[in-house]
Amino acid sequence: MGLGEILHNLVFDYTLRTVALGSGVLGVVSGALGAFAVLRRQSLLGDSVSHTALPGIAIAFLLTGAKSPLVMIIGAAVAGWAGTLLVMGIIKTTRIKSDSALGLVLSVFFGFGLVLLTFIQKMPNARQSGLETFLFGQATALMERDVIVMAVLGALAVITMLILWKEFKILSFDPEYGVTQGFPMRTVEVILTTVLVIAIVVGLQTVGVVLMSAMVVAPAAAARQWTDRLGLMIFLAALFGAIAGISGAVISSLTLRLPTGPTIVLCISAIVLVSMMLAPNRGLFWNWIRRWYNRRLLTLNAVLADMYELAKVHDDPSHAHPAATIEAMSYRTGGVRRSLDALEESGLVQRSRMDEWALTPKGMAEAEKVIKSMEVKT
Amino acid sequence: MTSAQIEIQLVAVVVAAACALPGVFLVLRRTAMMSDAISHAILLGIVIAFFITEDLASPFLVVAATLTGVLTVSLVELINKTRLVKEDAAIGLVFPALFSIGVILISRYAGDVHLDTDAVLLGELAFAPFNRLVVFGYDIGPRAFYLMGGIFLINLVFIILFFKELKLATFDAGLAAALGFSPWLIHYALMSLVSVTAVGAFDAVGSILVVALMIAPPAAAYLLTDRLSYMLVLSGLIGIVGALCGYWLAHFLDVSIAGSMATMVGVLFGAVFLMAPNRGIVAIARRKIRQKWEFAQHMLVIHLFTHEDLPEAVTECRFEHLDEHMRWDESFSHRVVDRAEKQGFVKCRDGFLNLTEKGRGLARGIIVK
Amino acid sequence: MAIVGPNGAGKTTLLKSILGLIKPAAGQVLIYGRPYEEQRHTVGYVPQRGSVDWDFPTSVLDVVMMGRYGALGWIRRPGKKERLVAMEALRKVSMDNYAHRQISQLSGGQQQRVFLARALVQDASIYFMDEPFQGVDAKTERAIISLLKELRSAGKTVVVVHHDLQTVPEYFDWVTLLNVRSIASGPVDDVFNEDNLRLAYGGLVAFKSHEHREQVKN
Repeated sequence: MGLGEILHNLVFDYTLRTVALGSGVLGVVSGALGAFAVLRRQSLLGDSVSHTALPGIAIAFLLTGAKSPLVMIIGAAVAGWAGTLLVMGIIKTTRIKSDSALGLVLSVFFGFGLVLLTFIQKMPNARQSGLETFLFGQATALMERDVIVMAVLGALAVITMLILWKEFKILSFDPEYGVTQGFPMRTVEVILTTVLVIAIVVGLQTVGVVLMSAMVVAPAAAARQWTDRLGLMIFLAALFGAIAGISGAVISSLTLRLPTGPTIVLCISAIVLVSMMLAPNRGLFWNWIRRWYNRRLLTLNAVLADMYELAKVHDDPSHAHPAATIEAMSYRTGGVRRSLDALEESGLVQRSRMDEWALTPKGMAEAEKVIKSMEVKT
Repeated sequence: MTSAQIEIQLVAVVVAAACALPGVFLVLRRTAMMSDAISHAILLGIVIAFFITEDLASPFLVVAATLTGVLTVSLVELINKTRLVKEDAAIGLVFPALFSIGVILISRYAGDVHLDTDAVLLGELAFAPFNRLVVFGYDIGPRAFYLMGGIFLINLVFIILFFKELKLATFDAGLAAALGFSPWLIHYALMSLVSVTAVGAFDAVGSILVVALMIAPPAAAYLLTDRLSYMLVLSGLIGIVGALCGYWLAHFLDVSIAGSMATMVGVLFGAVFLMAPNRGIVAIARRKIRQKWEFAQHMLVIHLFTHEDLPEAVTECRFEHLDEHMRWDESFSHRVVDRAEKQGFVKCRDGFLNLTEKGRGLARGIIVK
Repeated sequence: MAIVGPNGAGKTTLLKSILGLIKPAAGQVLIYGRPYEEQRHTVGYVPQRGSVDWDFPTSVLDVVMMGRYGALGWIRRPGKKERLVAMEALRKVSMDNYAHRQISQLSGGQQQRVFLARALVQDASIYFMDEPFQGVDAKTERAIISLLKELRSAGKTVVVVHHDLQTVPEYFDWVTLLNVRSIASGPVDDVFNEDNLRLAYGGLVAFKSHEHREQVKN
């Protein structure tokens, strides 16, 4: 399928358009807001909220008998919110650490949700598929009205973030200082948590419970590699989330039996991998190259310095020495010849006879510079 | 009780005990979420092993899943080493990716997507995608008992053998390394145990329950004791009680057994959270209140003591002066003085407060400290 | 004023209680006779360096501008005015060249100075500092102390939780000796003596600076 055809379908094919839009919204919202969770070392909050949402959805259904997405989102949000508050309460009042508190609350709530779910399944009017597709991410079941709900709630969340930008910033960086500045940090934290829960719950329909944690963590993790500025980082996180969402939707629509949720997650994982490798400054690939380059430079300099010593001893800079001698001086046996070749290319040494090398005048000057730079500065 | 019911409960007991043991170390080493990560990621291992052996009952599945668990841990460590992201983020990056690959493999090569994702998360239907006949409540057969029993014994033996190494590596990794015990090796060994346990339990009760059983009972035990050995035993007991109660609850309500068990260990944790002596919420609140009154008593007694023999005593030792000096409001002052009188530290006459000898003794004792 | 005492004496706890970061079991905090909550704008705070994640994506200038958040109130973002004030503070601590540097690239002493600048932009009357000299190089220490003395000349009060007994007489005019309870508090000359130190530190301290101060006085 050509690119043109894909773009055409994106606009005109109802299913693809809806799924892509929904995934895109999900990516933007969870990427942007997830960044704050990541910065506050609460990356796994996405996982936690997704799991704790289950009993909320079930209870919402039990109470209202409706399977409308809005009702389920509200139920999920309330439960996710309650679970998060419980986690924080446990951390604050006991010696149990955050990872245990998270794992404990998420698994217990989810278990409870399962109990409710199996209870509901026995009820006459419960068509499971409604509830379960919500839970396990059936992106292809997204309808336009679902996407609209997602977009509105997502927009609310993002706007709140933009309004309370500096409050969120100081909450994430130095909450105690924020308190001394007169801001009620606990209230700000509650607002951030609420907005985050909304962002996560909105995405549950598309990627499902297990994979939601990736959509919270990965875009921000990738974005961090590219910039040191908070504003740009959040923007990039939203962008990466959107790209992964839309790509995932498109790719899974093109291939048979490729579920959308996991595809989106693999897309964002790929983005993370690329970011970690290739981002300027932090990119691992560049680090490896830099390290290799430095090592080579060190070897070159070492050989140059050795030859200088030799020249000094002989009082005649143009006296050529066999490579073996030079090799003997270096404690690193490998690479000397390679260095000599490289040095020759730069015009710093010349080969007089078979395997005998001497410094050129240019090489002498360079060698002197190297030796000087190696002296200890006083 | 039918024999099936007994069997199920036996398996529940064994699973709970087997999970509690490594769980204690997960909680202490702050790697609790690794259990969540591993129990999701091993789906990939199971899928690949199934493709190779085409046999559900093959022990190779356990091996492959365990290896996947170790792979998960290795990948997380690898990412940590780059220091490009924080530790908790590393976990959240690895397991969804592995899980996604697993789900994609299943749906492309092994059947109905919808059913499969259900199965993985809901647990009881763990091997439905592999065409196993499952009747609710009877997918837990003696095989699971022996499997989990074996795993329990392995965990137990490992912990007993390496008790001091585990203890040391958990509390002071630096010292452990200096003494020649490789904390790195211990970490991987522990994670392998977690993987094996998760795989075995996966078969019986599903991934979420594994996490619940590995974290909730040890967390509760953590609030009840300071000794590692007690913590291990208590975790096992709490897990077992929770599992049994969960089973019976599920039996009577006819709901998910795994979910019930998870809920019950959660309830038990909740009870401990509230009522634990010393560390429970109730105990902490009581202590705070007691401290408040004690502190106020001390302040009162010291105030009177230091002003007793001074000329200002006439004004300073009056009751009305208390709210000005201590900034207590009147009702609070009343209560403090009442208590002090009851305890025999102070006598109030015409609004004038006199220290008793007992009161003086208390004041002196505080000042000296 | 310096607040000194052995480890666990509660020095940081005291500071945090004053600033409303820890709830006191009893008592009240009054600044110039009014409750702390009303006087926040007159109080500046320099926390310990280790209390923050230095890998956070923000620049030096950004951190300093946080000192103006209180004055800005809710929602309003820092603008040109705040930027100028922040740059001025950075100039005072000789960090203006680093304004756009990401904070993880700073050394310990530089980080401390950034925190100092952040407190300076508050233009407070009282400054509370928690171990500002902990782990900084000699040059930074001298820079900080000269800044503090400048503040003092301008009529400000500086309360510092300090870890180095040696430098107390040299740096500070007043001192409070703390060991769970207040052992003594007052001018350095009156209070900083062998008996009080022994009470505070439980006999683990030898008092040697007597001669030094005598020499300096001469």
